[in-house]
Amino acid sequence: MQIRDFFRGSPDGIDVKGPGVLCSFEVGGVTINLTETVVISWGIILAVTLLLLWLTHGMKTKNISKRQVAAEWIVTTVYGLVEDTMGKHWRSFAPYIAALFTFSITGSLVSMLGLRSVTADFNAPLTWALITFVFIHGTNIKTHGLGGYLKGYVDPVPVMLPINILSEVATPVSMSLRHFGNVVSGMVITSLLYFALSAVTKAIGVAFLTIGIPAVLSLYFDLFSGFMQAFVFIMLTMAYISNADGRNEA
Amino acid sequence: MENIDYREAIVLAASAIGAGTAMVAGIGPGIGEGYAVGKACESIGRQPESSGAVTRTMFIGCAVAESTGIYGLLVALLLMFANPFIGKLS
Repeated sequence: MQIRDFFRGSPDGIDVKGPGVLCSFEVGGVTINLTETVVISWGIILAVTLLLLWLTHGMKTKNISKRQVAAEWIVTTVYGLVEDTMGKHWRSFAPYIAALFTFSITGSLVSMLGLRSVTADFNAPLTWALITFVFIHGTNIKTHGLGGYLKGYVDPVPVMLPINILSEVATPVSMSLRHFGNVVSGMVITSLLYFALSAVTKAIGVAFLTIGIPAVLSLYFDLFSGFMQAFVFIMLTMAYISNADGRNEA
Repeated sequence: MENIDYREAIVLAASAIGAGTAMVAGIGPGIGEGYAVGKACESIGRQPESSGAVTRTMFIGCAVAESTGIYGLLVALLLMFANPFIGKLS
């Protein structure tokens, strides 16, 4: 690779690939692909479960350990956030929000270990958005009844029916695409910059550029952007769900 | 540059132009987020004690406003790395 490759493009091209398929098997005529995303997700679930078990074992009421302080801080923070955003009667929602946030942020941060981000696969944010979608509509049916829920679709005038349906479908699509797009754009920009820097390094012959600068960039794209998107995802989830409930309507 | 397939070349060129054009979508979020951050700075200047809540709300608003730009970016990335049109040449 020469410096002119930087201007002419790489000979083998910069390729951005989806998650690799580790193995695939057929169950009842349906091919199921075991992708990197699935394996890394299960790894994350296992790691987080073990961490939480370690944090919460041997809890006491007196002379509490630092471990227990950390665990209690996490729990009270999440409950406080949910109560602030959704109101007191939504307290029971905190575990879902905490799980979503943890999964999202660890799924983004896992790229710091050299693995592929879970959230850089569209399936992962789409799944979370669909769960939220079910929650939104479940809440709506629960508070307004099935009749009231269906009536909401023809709300001002029946002509609005297609527009209302479209706006309901747009919710999970926009939520998941926002998360996915942010993570993937970070991945692509990092790989483009890494390519450019390694071209410059080859031309100069000193390997100082590829060491420092990608780390700074990954600090923004992985740490800040990952945290921001996880936070936005849970805030939107809470806002949509508490909006579906008539009690919070202003 | 031997045995160029001109149909392929046209599709690739059009995709590259399309990817560039899709990124025009970055203008809107840029203006909108700049405006939002400016207003947030103003309100922090007026009420420094509410800076935490203002900053949090501003970040969420920015992330939401960003989504149209992200859609444009996704279209551009699709055209560059997972071109759906090149397979239609048979």
